Amino acid sequence: MTALLITAVSLLIFVVIFQISKASEYVAILKGEEHSRKQNNKINGFLMVVFLVLGLVGVWYCNEVLYDKTLLPQGSASVEGERVDSMLWLTLAVTGFVFIGTQIVLFWFAYKYQENENRKVYFFAHSNKLEAIWTVIPAIVLTVLVVIGLRNWFLFTGEPPKEAMVVEVTGKQFGWIYRYPGKDGAFGKKYYKNIDNATNSLGLIWDDQLAHDDLVMEQTMYLVKGRPVKLIIGSRDVIHDVGLSHFRMKMDAVPGIPTTMWFTPKYTTKEMKEKTGNPDFQFEISCDQMCGNSHYSMKGVIEVLEQAEYDAKMASQSPYYYTAFPDKDPANAKTDSVKLVAKPVEPASKVTAKL
Amino acid sequence: MSNEAVLHAPAEAGLHHEAHGDHHHEHHHETFISKYVFSMDHKMIAKQFLITGMVWAVLGGLMSVLFRLQLGYPEASFPWLEDILGKWAEGGKITPDAYYALVTTHGTVLVFFVLTAGLSGTFANFLIPLQIGARDMASPFMNMLSYWFFFAASIVMLSSMFVEFGPFSGGWTAYPPLSALASASPGSGTGMDLWLIAMALFVVSSLLGGLNYIATILNMRTKGMSMTRLPLTIWALFFTAVLGVLSFPVLFSGFILLIFDRNFGTSFYLSDIFINGVGALPNEGGSAILYQHLFWFLGHPEVYIILLPAMGMASEILSVNSRKPIFGYMAMVGSLFAIAILAFLVWAHHMFVTGLNPFLGSVFVLLTLLIAVPSAIKVFNWLTTLWRGNIRFTPGMMFSIGFVSLFISGGLTGIWLGNSALDIHLHDTYFVIAHFHIVMGVASMFGMFAGIYHWFPKMYGRYMNNTLSYLHFWITLAGAYMIFWPMHYQGLAGMPRRYYDYSVWESFKQFAELNRFISTVAMIVFAAQLLFLFNFFYSVFKGRKVTTQNPYGSNTLEWTTPVNPGHGNWVGEIPEVHRWAYDYGKDGKEFISQTTPVGADESSH
Repeated sequence: MTALLITAVSLLIFVVIFQISKASEYVAILKGEEHSRKQNNKINGFLMVVFLVLGLVGVWYCNEVLYDKTLLPQGSASVEGERVDSMLWLTLAVTGFVFIGTQIVLFWFAYKYQENENRKVYFFAHSNKLEAIWTVIPAIVLTVLVVIGLRNWFLFTGEPPKEAMVVEVTGKQFGWIYRYPGKDGAFGKKYYKNIDNATNSLGLIWDDQLAHDDLVMEQTMYLVKGRPVKLIIGSRDVIHDVGLSHFRMKMDAVPGIPTTMWFTPKYTTKEMKEKTGNPDFQFEISCDQMCGNSHYSMKGVIEVLEQAEYDAKMASQSPYYYTAFPDKDPANAKTDSVKLVAKPVEPASKVTAKL
Repeated sequence: MSNEAVLHAPAEAGLHHEAHGDHHHEHHHETFISKYVFSMDHKMIAKQFLITGMVWAVLGGLMSVLFRLQLGYPEASFPWLEDILGKWAEGGKITPDAYYALVTTHGTVLVFFVLTAGLSGTFANFLIPLQIGARDMASPFMNMLSYWFFFAASIVMLSSMFVEFGPFSGGWTAYPPLSALASASPGSGTGMDLWLIAMALFVVSSLLGGLNYIATILNMRTKGMSMTRLPLTIWALFFTAVLGVLSFPVLFSGFILLIFDRNFGTSFYLSDIFINGVGALPNEGGSAILYQHLFWFLGHPEVYIILLPAMGMASEILSVNSRKPIFGYMAMVGSLFAIAILAFLVWAHHMFVTGLNPFLGSVFVLLTLLIAVPSAIKVFNWLTTLWRGNIRFTPGMMFSIGFVSLFISGGLTGIWLGNSALDIHLHDTYFVIAHFHIVMGVASMFGMFAGIYHWFPKMYGRYMNNTLSYLHFWITLAGAYMIFWPMHYQGLAGMPRRYYDYSVWESFKQFAELNRFISTVAMIVFAAQLLFLFNFFYSVFKGRKVTTQNPYGSNTLEWTTPVNPGHGNWVGEIPEVHRWAYDYGKDGKEFISQTTPVGADESSH
């Protein structure tokens, strides 16, 4: 019923608008077309200035309402991200100045130079001087922005500091898998054909001793405040993207091609909860590359901890190897030691040969 | 057929006219089919492109209204949606599958079918022969084929909406592996096959058209019409066609590899893939990034294919209605040329976060920001054109001013996104949506509206209703800003694009109210476009008739043809050109047509 009503009302509005428009055309003919054209010209010229003023007020109002909802007031949660923010402010200053200046000139000129019988237009076809000015000045300003941008870019994409920890992030439809290298500090090899959702979600090669102490987790990634972290990013199926808006970082997860990204978290999750006044605050990993029909729900969480908390967390985790082979787990060993010897280790010799 | 033959055959027909009066239809024995359907008259083909483009614009716009409904009112359910969409909106709520299908089709259709075919298809066809002084295109037959390939592409694309698992739903860029594997996304099955066929047909259409435009502009200019006397519209359409001819084949090659990966077991784009429920795929050694290079090698020039015609038309319309020459004609041509060259050298700025080599990325940063220089020249030249003019606010003029405003707003955010260190934060957020919708979508749409309003009298020999046009302009301009301006803020919060629902995200759910506002404005703006459509079709049949040959006091050649030009455009000989197109307000004369010989006492500029 409401739908019908809305349709009827909109139709009515259309008809009214059309009738008025049609009538105005007849009135124009009666009054003299030239006369009414000039009248329209005046109205539209005036509206140009009205639009300019209301537009600028709108820009201000929009900022007033929405600024606090962006990430800018809380600042970057990573050390490197501060450079993104400072660059962002500089770029905003430059483009904001040009935006306001040119929009004012555009709509003001439109108003000021509206048709007037007494004005003789100025035949002004070109001026090398003017054109040189507005070629050279933008070029210089842009060079400055490029230089600053590239310095940051090479820092972001360069080698992380030596003390950085390393975490592997793998995207899949529709979630994230994290792997830590474990005590030995090195990742074991993996091969995608070994993937088994129940026992080997990353396809680790168990022949590789380095894989035995690797920790594999889902949902939450744990990082340490103040310690740089390098992410090695990959995907199991389609292209995903590790989007870390609080840290101002982002990198695609591409099947078959590992990518990397590094940053240094500045605050623990707990500190951010206080800082933002939001008890539910989380560092969220959003998938930023269209990856299928549940793309919108592909969410991961990063929990930034103090070093001590982190160490305790890691110590409580058991290597993924034991998920695959529960009988190898020392926790189970005492009760079932006979079985442990009897069961052969599953070798993936074909796979190793391929590598 | 040689150019001579093409030139002379209709020329004789024209002479024939003069001798026997205006009994066009009797002599040509035009049937309904040859005049309105398989027409080889460039003006009719232009109208075919325009109206097909309008149909797609309505469909594409409607799709955006539907998915904005989901974004604005994620909790609500609308029973009438189930009536029209069936299983795609069970219980009156659009499903994620349908949402992604709508987003994808909206993008594909608006970019290719509306703003490429609908824009340059319409105005290249309509304006090139009329403004350079030719009776028709170099090959009217190819021109006709170009439209019918576009029509076929449209039919195939439309049919993809009705297949069992829905149309393609992996985003208009169609990145593999998602677009290659039906097991990864239901839309990547039959829907994607049809999408690829439609796009292949579209590429053929676009090449047939583009080659024709280039050949016509280079070879068929009338006597005296040197390249530097061409109106800027023609220069813009020329560069547009060159961009299309050089880049569409690359897209096509990318599609062919994709077709092989999909159907014939190759691994160009596929490697190391395990799909839930299917297991590990045999493909190894491919690169998903290769597709992105091939795609964006067209994809970026495509942005300029969309934008340049709008720039050209805005330049022309601003000059005519300011009653003043365009400022810096040579700089305008030079900047179009610079943009056309740079368009080919910046594609990887869409790929800064794909793991691209950082050094390569830095080269693309430099080249990308370089585009801001010719763009700045254009903007300042447009502003100077208005300065000390005598502006008549025709609807075409107002949309041209709106175009400049939007081009500035959207172009400036390009400086943010082109700088890779900022892109790493803003990539694939609503900031990008705001940027490209303003600069490429709405700005080009404004260029198209400007063109339609300005040349409508030439197309149909009638005027559109001005009151409706002004209403259309103000609602659309204000609405476009209200829709897209706040999206910058969503982007600055890191809010990702292509999400069906933000309510589970602690970081993005604060925008629920804003999303509702944007959706509401989007619906109003869509309704305002219906005003335009009504105005257009009503005026085609019932508009006030044009009684003067040159209603705007314009210099260009299209206004030297009869009010309703027949096939062949000029009755009698094609006029000779003696000057550039922009002698407005010179030596106290309001305008001096290009066909007027240069007087002995005329000042030079």
